[in-house]
Amino acid sequence: MAVIEIKDLAKSFGEVQALDGINLKVEEGEVYGYIGPNGAGKTTTIRILLGILQADRGTATVFGRDTWQDAVEIHKRIAYVPGEVNLWPNLTGGEIIDLFVQLRGSNHKSRREELIERFDLDPSKKCRSYSKGNRQKVVLVAAFAAEADLYLLDEPSSGLDPLMEKVFQECITEFKEEGKTVFLSSHILSEVEKLCDRLSIIRQGKIIESGSLDELQHLTRTRIVLETKEEIPSLNDLNGIHDLKKQNNTHSFLVDTAELDQVIQHISKFGVKKLESSPPKLEDVFMEHYRGEVGES
Amino acid sequence: MQTSYFHNSGRLSRLILRRDRLRIPLWLIIITALTLVIAFAYTTLFTTQQEIMVFAETMRNPAMTAMMGPGYGLDNYTYGAMMAHTMLVFTALAVAIMSIFLVARHTRRDEESGRIEMIRSLPVGRLSNLSATTLISLAVNIIMALLIGIGLFLLGIESMDLQGSLLYGASLGAVGIFFGAVTALFVQLTANTRNAIGYSLIFLGISYLVRALGDVSSEALSMLSPLGWITRTQVYVNNYWWPLLLTVGMALAVTALAFKLNSLRDLEAGLLPAKPGRKTASSWLKSPLGLALKLQRTSLLAWAAGIFILGASYGSVFGDVDAFLESVEMYREIFIIAEDIPLVEQFIATLMSVMALIAAAPALIMILKVKSEEKASRIEHLLSRAVSRKQFLGSYLLLSLAASLFMLFLSALGMWSAAAAVMDDPVNLSLFLRSALVYLPAIWALIGLTVLIIGYKPGAALFSWIYLAYSFIVIYFGEILQIPDWLARLTPYGYVPKIPLEEINFPALIILAVISIILMAAGYRGYRQRDIQLSG
Repeated sequence: MAVIEIKDLAKSFGEVQALDGINLKVEEGEVYGYIGPNGAGKTTTIRILLGILQADRGTATVFGRDTWQDAVEIHKRIAYVPGEVNLWPNLTGGEIIDLFVQLRGSNHKSRREELIERFDLDPSKKCRSYSKGNRQKVVLVAAFAAEADLYLLDEPSSGLDPLMEKVFQECITEFKEEGKTVFLSSHILSEVEKLCDRLSIIRQGKIIESGSLDELQHLTRTRIVLETKEEIPSLNDLNGIHDLKKQNNTHSFLVDTAELDQVIQHISKFGVKKLESSPPKLEDVFMEHYRGEVGES
Repeated sequence: MQTSYFHNSGRLSRLILRRDRLRIPLWLIIITALTLVIAFAYTTLFTTQQEIMVFAETMRNPAMTAMMGPGYGLDNYTYGAMMAHTMLVFTALAVAIMSIFLVARHTRRDEESGRIEMIRSLPVGRLSNLSATTLISLAVNIIMALLIGIGLFLLGIESMDLQGSLLYGASLGAVGIFFGAVTALFVQLTANTRNAIGYSLIFLGISYLVRALGDVSSEALSMLSPLGWITRTQVYVNNYWWPLLLTVGMALAVTALAFKLNSLRDLEAGLLPAKPGRKTASSWLKSPLGLALKLQRTSLLAWAAGIFILGASYGSVFGDVDAFLESVEMYREIFIIAEDIPLVEQFIATLMSVMALIAAAPALIMILKVKSEEKASRIEHLLSRAVSRKQFLGSYLLLSLAASLFMLFLSALGMWSAAAAVMDDPVNLSLFLRSALVYLPAIWALIGLTVLIIGYKPGAALFSWIYLAYSFIVIYFGEILQIPDWLARLTPYGYVPKIPLEEINFPALIILAVISIILMAAGYRGYRQRDIQLSG
């Protein structure tokens, strides 16, 4: 059964079309990445999944239930971490963690202590004196201490230092091993690349690409740096070659991953002295779409 | 509506109590104590029946009716009637403000800052936060009603029986519940806390003005105002309970509407559309003073309009005062102070002292913005650029001083324009202006004190408000009660001559002004030397 299923979801705020016909399916036990630039509609999607915004069109279900109608039932099984955290200034971090844990009705004293230790959080300080990163930790501990089946994370590691980011990634990996489902919205590409099984790219309220990392990589280009014994004539005429630069007998260019085979066959005739290739990264997939309408460059 | 809409409301109520464990008791104690102290004071100030009857005659004055509500039981005046007549509306304003802040703080403010989003991601119903807040507002107001009702009864003052005392407390509680409900409604309409509080306070102000005008001129008009309703209880004389049913009934209707709207709207959205802003900064915004003015423009304009209208509604009773004074010979004999000053002018002095106290509020708001900008860490964006602390504080100080002048001018203008329209023999504007502007040094002293606090101990900024509230109580009630002189001398307002009753006293005013300047200079010094406090 799909844990999250979104069909033709649309939402506008006045003139602004925040979501425009989104389709998405997250299976149980998956870590699903949701990437896109600021203002693309990531947070709006998550808020609809939380049932705090009402969609104009389409359906969104979590655990097969409608997110707007059955919000309370759904929330008993999910944990949420927002990217921007504001807490009550005159309560301590520990009080807030307990409040959140209580509101959801589960109690995991040992897990709470373990997480506080792992995230190196001082729970006795009032929230007004926490830095952004520490407020983020309070919410992470509160969310991760809960026994949830689905973790909804909206740019959760913003404000964390690299050390804490690593702890965060370890936690996600553990959830994955336990068979939990994670929906991770982010623009930190390395994080998504490291953690996610599948992902969707959203831009201007539309999902422009979905699939596993491998599936998406066919859309990208591999960078090749090549030195040959003989001059290669008319390299530019080959299909799928871009951004060609030439210096003596050294060529540097991008190849569409789909055309890689025929390009390699062609160049091998000219006596390859040196060949370097760098694999496609998520960043390239992202940048590709980020450039959007500009397309070729 | 489904029960799941209210899931976990009880836990959220407990959260509100936890967060306000000092704030709520403080409000309750202050309001109850003030009520009981004043009630007791009346019994010591007016000891003979004759004194009480003289007071009753004063209360027939339309200016008093406009300020406090219609008098009743005046032919056989008692401590109870006196208490209810002079204190009910005034205390109701305080209770309404308490409820407005209570409700706005736990609904829109939490929602605007994103905290409700966290709460709503947990198994918490869509309406749980509003229902928890409504529950607490109800509970606080009911507890206050009982504290005041039982407290007044226990004072054991003759004519303040159990039923009347409970009705007095319940009237206040009903007003609190009503304005809490109104705030809950405004919170659904606007996505911004300041607007929600602003609209609610404007609604309260309009309720007061409608009642003031209605009580002087038309019963039907008064019945449009919730403050008009509760003054119709005629506590301690006739003890009518129906106005409370009306008030609480309306509160329930408003609450139901607020719940309905809340269940329909998105989180963090308001139902009124937000206008798109300018894409570029106008040229006058591009300076610290311009920024200070821009940030507070709406608040400044709202205060200006409010003060002008309040002045005008006070001024509008002068026509009736004239007629009233001619008809009451006895009153003329008792209250005449100087033969050559028309009695009307004495009311100018009284009303103007109230206006001057209110006019200090916007001036304090302007200067206290320095502190809130610092607390919200927005100040660093300016100070990290080519803006010195001197310039920053100076911009806000200038704005605050200008606001004090502007507001006093408007009170005089408002009162004069209405008075001139209704009086047969109008008083000229310059008298009103002198009567108002003489308070300038007193407001400056309050501003100076605030600058000093900002310079050395910004956390104590609340003291400025407490001091203003103290001044208000001492001066406002000083008009009615014979408050010991030294109590009035503890506030700068105590040194201001009441023009045209008293001669202008330049030495006192100059000393006040000098003290203000010294306070400001000292505050400056502190502000330039201390650490800027940045949070997170």
